[in-house]
Amino acid sequence: MLSVTPDTAIAVPASVIAAGFSPVADESRAINGTVGDITVADPRMTARNVNVYYGDKLAINNVSLDIGKNEVVAMIGPSGCGKSTFLRCLNRMNDTIDICRVEGEIRLDEQDIYDSSLDVVPLRAQVGMVFQKPNPFPKSIYDNVAYGPRIHGLTSSKSELDDIVEESLLKAGLWDEVKDRLDETGTGLSGGQQQRLCIARTIAVAPEVILMDEPCSALDPIATARVEELIDELREQYTIAIVTHSMQQAARVSQRTAYFHLGELVEVGKTDDIFTNPRHRLTEDYITGRFG
Amino acid sequence: MTNTLLIIILLGLMAIAYQLGVRRSQKVVGGPSGVRALHSLPSYYGFFTALWTGLPALLVLLLWVSLQSGVIRDLVVSDLPEAVRSLPDAQLGLVINDIQNLAQGNIVSGEVSPAMEQASAHYKSLQQTSYAASFVVVLSLAIMGLTFGWRRIAPKYRARNRVEAAIKWMLVGCSTIAIFTTLGIVLSVLFESIRFFQIIPISDFLFGLDWSPQMAIRADQVGSSGAFGVIPLFVGTLLIALIAMLVAVPIGLMSAIYLSEYAGSRFRAYAKPLLEILAGIPTVVYGFFAALTVAPFIRNNGELLGLDVSSESALAAGLVMGIMIIPFISSLSDDVINAVPQTMRDASLGIGATRSETVKNVILPAALPGIVGGILLAVSRAIGETMIVVMAAGLSANLTANPLQSVTTVTVQIVTLLVGDQEFDSPKTLAAFALGLLLFIVTLILNVVALHVVRKYREAYE
Ligand SMILES: Nc1ncnc2c1ncn2[C@@H]1O[C@H](COP(=O)(O)OP(=O)(O)OP(=O)(O)O)[C@@H](O)[C@H]1O
Ligand SMILES: [Mg+2]
Repeated sequence: MLSVTPDTAIAVPASVIAAGFSPVADESRAINGTVGDITVADPRMTARNVNVYYGDKLAINNVSLDIGKNEVVAMIGPSGCGKSTFLRCLNRMNDTIDICRVEGEIRLDEQDIYDSSLDVVPLRAQVGMVFQKPNPFPKSIYDNVAYGPRIHGLTSSKSELDDIVEESLLKAGLWDEVKDRLDETGTGLSGGQQQRLCIARTIAVAPEVILMDEPCSALDPIATARVEELIDELREQYTIAIVTHSMQQAARVSQRTAYFHLGELVEVGKTDDIFTNPRHRLTEDYITGRFG
Repeated sequence: MTNTLLIIILLGLMAIAYQLGVRRSQKVVGGPSGVRALHSLPSYYGFFTALWTGLPALLVLLLWVSLQSGVIRDLVVSDLPEAVRSLPDAQLGLVINDIQNLAQGNIVSGEVSPAMEQASAHYKSLQQTSYAASFVVVLSLAIMGLTFGWRRIAPKYRARNRVEAAIKWMLVGCSTIAIFTTLGIVLSVLFESIRFFQIIPISDFLFGLDWSPQMAIRADQVGSSGAFGVIPLFVGTLLIALIAMLVAVPIGLMSAIYLSEYAGSRFRAYAKPLLEILAGIPTVVYGFFAALTVAPFIRNNGELLGLDVSSESALAAGLVMGIMIIPFISSLSDDVINAVPQTMRDASLGIGATRSETVKNVILPAALPGIVGGILLAVSRAIGETMIVVMAAGLSANLTANPLQSVTTVTVQIVTLLVGDQEFDSPKTLAAFALGLLLFIVTLILNVVALHVVRKYREAYE
């Protein structure tokens, strides 16, 4: 197991910040290794030395991270730093991109998910995903939510399926708005409603790990609060990794926070520590709003 | 010949005019450094001058060429002896033909009389005068246009707007030509069909069960009276189209699904063009493939099974037509399947659906309207296809649904009606127009429905 000592934090003279050096161009700020403890006592998923290439381009560089049982890990970082890419590695959604290549080791419990003998279909049922852009099927609201349970044969009767659909929509905070029009098409909903529909669709198959890629980017504050509540509830049974651009949201919902920068995992730690006392210069710059 | 020379000279003049226009536009603002003071870029002044040089001259030339032969003819006729002039139109036409042939040094049908010699000399001289005159008129018009355009050039002159307008009108002209040609064809088919329906009642045509267009042309000939019931042709057409679609739709659709959902990008890069080569094979090649290879194959195997297969069968034609249509269906379906957003696939795969479940539950339902549209287009293609059926389906108008028998189609009958010596106003010939009209209406309806379906689908995703 890879352990990183806290001492690797780089001290940068205050004058450098004052001089307004670009954080990337400046050698003294180069990222080498991750600051903070990437491990947890009770991991559900473990990623070790993961590299991801799009063609020849390195998008994720040597990232190692644990995601613990019943915890919410928030991933933050500037746009294009590889958060979505890393998230998609965790349920092998990157397989669908021809030019994408993943190196390193990712385990769910003790199972290597990139093992050639592993069947990705049950993996994706176990590790569900909510995508950055809402992507409901052009089917009815009911069929959208029932899609997963039907495919996996989770129910034996119509009433069971009805229950799952209702429960999932309730959890996603959408039930009240759509209960009278379940047979209308899902693409006819507003953007925020669509995103909650997608959340309902994902939790309808009861995944053990849920990956959320900016689930609230299209939501109003009320719906956002509802989803955050949901994340809190889900945490009791599930493991959650969430990508977000909202520092407040990361602070509210997560126990641990990971800060990505240009494909590298710069710093990871308890959310409270990261936000009150970031140790890496880049993290500090980002959360204090100096760039990103 | 002379006109070609004239056009080449005109093009040369236009090139010169372009250069002159560019130069002058730069000069009026005091050299290339001053072009910002010009309303338009110098090249627009060049085009402007060139258009003034070329367009009026070309229009006049066009007019000249189209009127010239008529005018010369009238002049020659008016100089002919009274006896010839009072001949009926058809014979007069022959005489004039002879005069023209004589003038060009070709073989003449009858004796060459001195009067004809004279007329042909007259004809020749008129023609030469006309050419010379057109040369002078057109070239002086071009020079005038050049001067006019050139003198209009001034810093504030809006050459760009003029050139854009001229281009717009040229485009309008071209599309008008396309539209009017189509309209003309449709109308001529329509009027000839109406003539046909005056002889054969339209109800006999549409609902008759017999097709045997042989008619006695002269009164003393022995022949059948002719029957023009279109039902057997229609059933034959539909039978063959049905067989073709039964072959083409599953194979085309599945290969499209394989190519867009399963195949790697490198395989796709080779397989797609390869499949589209099928679409580039001339239909006549498919035709003899059907007649010489597939039809005997079917007959031999049918005999082994104890079936009675005729040597030309709907099955052979339909099978080969199906193969011909495969690339049509597969590339259209491939397009609509690719138009289904990747996020739909991600959503389905992300829940743990397999690829085939994703195809079945998400991709196909989303792409279905587009696929249906593509299939309808393919059907209208199958109905209009001629070569394969001419060679492989036979000519006998059997009213049958048995694919092992020979049937005939609307297009085949149009071909046979018009091949060989024809009398232009016999019902037999006119029937071809009626069949053409019918075919046109059917494919038009199919195309309209198909385009409508495809468009509706587009709106759903873009
Ligand atoms: N399908 C792809 N093909 C090629 N390059 C890609 C692809 N997807 C992402 N990338 C590249 O990988 C890098 C990381 O992208 P990613 O989508 O993971 O960023 P992100 O952190 O999620 O950004 P955002 O916050 O804007 O969503 C970017 O430089 C991007 O250009
Ligand atoms: Mg992203």
